[in-house]
Amino acid sequence: MENMVNIFLFGKKYSVPENLTIMRAMEYAGYQLVRGCGCRNGFCGACATIYRIKGDRELKVCLACQTKVEEGMYIATLPFFPLVKQVFDIEKVKPTDMVMMQLYPEIYACIGCNACTKSCTQGLNVMQYIAYAQRGDFEACAEESFDCVMCGVCSSRCPAGISHPQVAMLARRLNGKYLAPETGHLNDRVKEIKDGTFEELLQNLMQKPIDEMKELYNNREIEK
Amino acid sequence: MYAEQFQKSLKAVEEAREANIAYEPARMTAKEKEDLLAAYHPDYKQDEFEVLQIGPNKGDKVPKELAEMLQAHSRITSGEVDLTNPTYDVDVLIIGGGGAGTSAAIEAHEAGANVMIVTKLRMGDANTMMAEGGIQAADKPNDSPAIHYIDAFGGGHYAAKPELLYKLVNDAPEAIQWLNKLGVEFDKMPDGTMVTTHGGGTSRKRMHACKDYSGAEIMRTLRDEVLNRQIPVVDFTSAIELILDENGKAAGAVLLNMETGDLMVAKAKTVIIATGGAGRMHYQGFPTSNHYGATADGLVLGYRAGAKLLYAETLQYHPTGAAFPEQIFGALVTEKVRSLGAKLVNREGKVFMHPLETRDVSAASIIRECTTRENGVDTGAGLGVWLDTPMIEKIGGEGTIEKRIPAMMRMFGKYGIDIRKEPILVYPTLHYQNGGLDIAQNGMTTQVENLYVAGEAVGGIHGRNRLMGNSLLDIIVFGRNAGQNAAAKAKETTVGALTLSHIDAFDKERAEAGIETDAISPKLLPDYRRSVTELDK
Ligand SMILES: Cc1cc2nc3c(=O)[nH]c(=O)nc-3n(C[C@H](O)[C@H](O)[C@H](O)COP(=O)(O)OP(=O)(O)OC[C@H]3O[C@@H](n4cnc5c(N)ncnc54)[C@H](O)[C@@H]3O)c2cc1C
Ligand code: FES
Repeated sequence: MENMVNIFLFGKKYSVPENLTIMRAMEYAGYQLVRGCGCRNGFCGACATIYRIKGDRELKVCLACQTKVEEGMYIATLPFFPLVKQVFDIEKVKPTDMVMMQLYPEIYACIGCNACTKSCTQGLNVMQYIAYAQRGDFEACAEESFDCVMCGVCSSRCPAGISHPQVAMLARRLNGKYLAPETGHLNDRVKEIKDGTFEELLQNLMQKPIDEMKELYNNREIEK
Repeated sequence: MYAEQFQKSLKAVEEAREANIAYEPARMTAKEKEDLLAAYHPDYKQDEFEVLQIGPNKGDKVPKELAEMLQAHSRITSGEVDLTNPTYDVDVLIIGGGGAGTSAAIEAHEAGANVMIVTKLRMGDANTMMAEGGIQAADKPNDSPAIHYIDAFGGGHYAAKPELLYKLVNDAPEAIQWLNKLGVEFDKMPDGTMVTTHGGGTSRKRMHACKDYSGAEIMRTLRDEVLNRQIPVVDFTSAIELILDENGKAAGAVLLNMETGDLMVAKAKTVIIATGGAGRMHYQGFPTSNHYGATADGLVLGYRAGAKLLYAETLQYHPTGAAFPEQIFGALVTEKVRSLGAKLVNREGKVFMHPLETRDVSAASIIRECTTRENGVDTGAGLGVWLDTPMIEKIGGEGTIEKRIPAMMRMFGKYGIDIRKEPILVYPTLHYQNGGLDIAQNGMTTQVENLYVAGEAVGGIHGRNRLMGNSLLDIIVFGRNAGQNAAAKAKETTVGALTLSHIDAFDKERAEAGIETDAISPKLLPDYRRSVTELDK
């Protein structure tokens, strides 16, 4: 038999194998999850969870699909958090610091408590990326926030009511669209295709008997 | 840190590392590949398949677990739902809020259609969110859509529908441009040149990436755009049955609120199925890399309403699923790890194959290494081979791993394995549904009018095997295509009286075929309750 630990799901005690993640432990205990479970592998941010180990003062946060259970864990899931997402037209916004002032002015009310960074389930420096956003340095904000899964835990801890993941989302789109360098070879290729440059070649391939295609495939030159 | 039991093998791997980096293993010949697949690939295990006895693909073989769902009872009876008073009435109904569904929604909205998305979990709780490696497009000067075509056609065993593959490769650069203009942050050099790498089976470096969060970066951007356009999204709601009109055209779906169990009706002029893959069906008892809602629902919905499947018997087992630690058993180790230079190494520290063969060949080769050749590493919960990640730092320089595959570093780091210094253990995992509903180039199913399909639920774009990076590409190209065409078709469509009579017809066919089953479908979610692993049941 596996080694078992006692955990408390929403206060109720269950005995579960110690090597399970919190998510698997909930299922082991008999929950059929609907909310709070998406990718099951740390990418979607559906499974934000808060817990406290019995006897410990500190409140911890994590992704349930990425965290092993521990003895005496008091667990509550946070499957939804009311983030504020402002609507904008990506074709019309401009990458200036004004845009943050207009859409997410609350970021300027940050009191520097760093609770967001301490709570980030991805270990990101959240307060720092908000600081970059305040300054209109969207490139730095985008880079610093890149691994964000938008679970919303940071915002649940923020006394200033900032929706950090949405601020970062805006910064990344601005950076990707307006600030990152244009790709010449991409634009050229799109134009070539529009001009029909490859049309005959492709039509030709589509008609070819399978044997000829096999020849082509098996003898194609492979870039080093 | 690995436990004592792994140390001996680990040492062999470390000692051979320098030599293994320099060693260029030969690629297999066409004949070697064929024999290997026939002997070791799960698709060739005859007793794991069943012949369909009813429906449009009667006589065809599909995995047993899928056959059960395709021939099962509906979750409703035809008389149970009041079709005269729909909760939603739209031009275009999109089922599934992943990459294909959101791309379709944006384009349908752009075309002026009244469009809505229903999705089982949240928008973006989807396989798209999990894609790490990247997206293909032939946009470099040494490359062309024609070369892309040859790579994909050969990799798919010459079975792709030419007109679909043509569209995939020819529209690829524009798809990348579209994403870039929406704000997707591709990896670029300071002068704007895309950073591109090889994927298994590519002959040019055409894999574009957003670090190793490629799918997440694409998905969250598309989701943000859907929200900006204020397209209605009904989440935690599954489509459980298509609705046809009296003329046999698709005209909506019966919806199930996943939390309350309430049924609703959505009426639509055109319907797009974008429900993704099937990893959670755990075919042949394999673990999976897929998200929680990947249960082949779209195939079931379409099939019962009369749409045909193509290549539903072909699945993709990704060669490198995590084999250890057990908390991440089956989770994907992106192919990019191999693109960046890590090689597959057996228990004795020997490189046993070229790291960038196509996926089916690689998976079969790993299975052979662990079974007949007995060169696998015993993980305690199964077998695996080493993927020697520290090679990446030696080849690309220190810091390459953190910069290029941070998600991988984090995934293993959580369990105390530093992939910059230690190799990882891998074994094939159920990854991708190669087959699906049969469509024409405009995205409409070949059998049911006004029913469109996009994304992983489609069959035929890739043939019998898909190359890495061509799926993220297909969801964008064919998602947009379906959205545009479904919006245009909606303009000229008037919907007749709604009906669910196809359920009765299917019931009749089942009874006549003498099939006795209690199964109901679609499956919607796997059941992992009271089990120690996902594979207990
Ligand atoms: C871990 C992983 C890594 C990958 N890496 C790559 C890569 O590097 N490159 C690449 O090209 N491809 C990759 N792929 C494949 C690719 O990501 C997927 O094939 C693709 O994203 C599928 O997109 P989709 O929109 O068709 O389906 P999904 O993104 O899965 O979206 C389908 C949506 O429909 C919902 N749904 C399902 N059934 C119903 C229903 N009955 N009613 C309502 N909603 C429903 C689902 O919950 C989901 O939200 C990867 C896949 C995985 C799992
Ligand atoms: S379920 Fe997606 S992050 Fe945990």
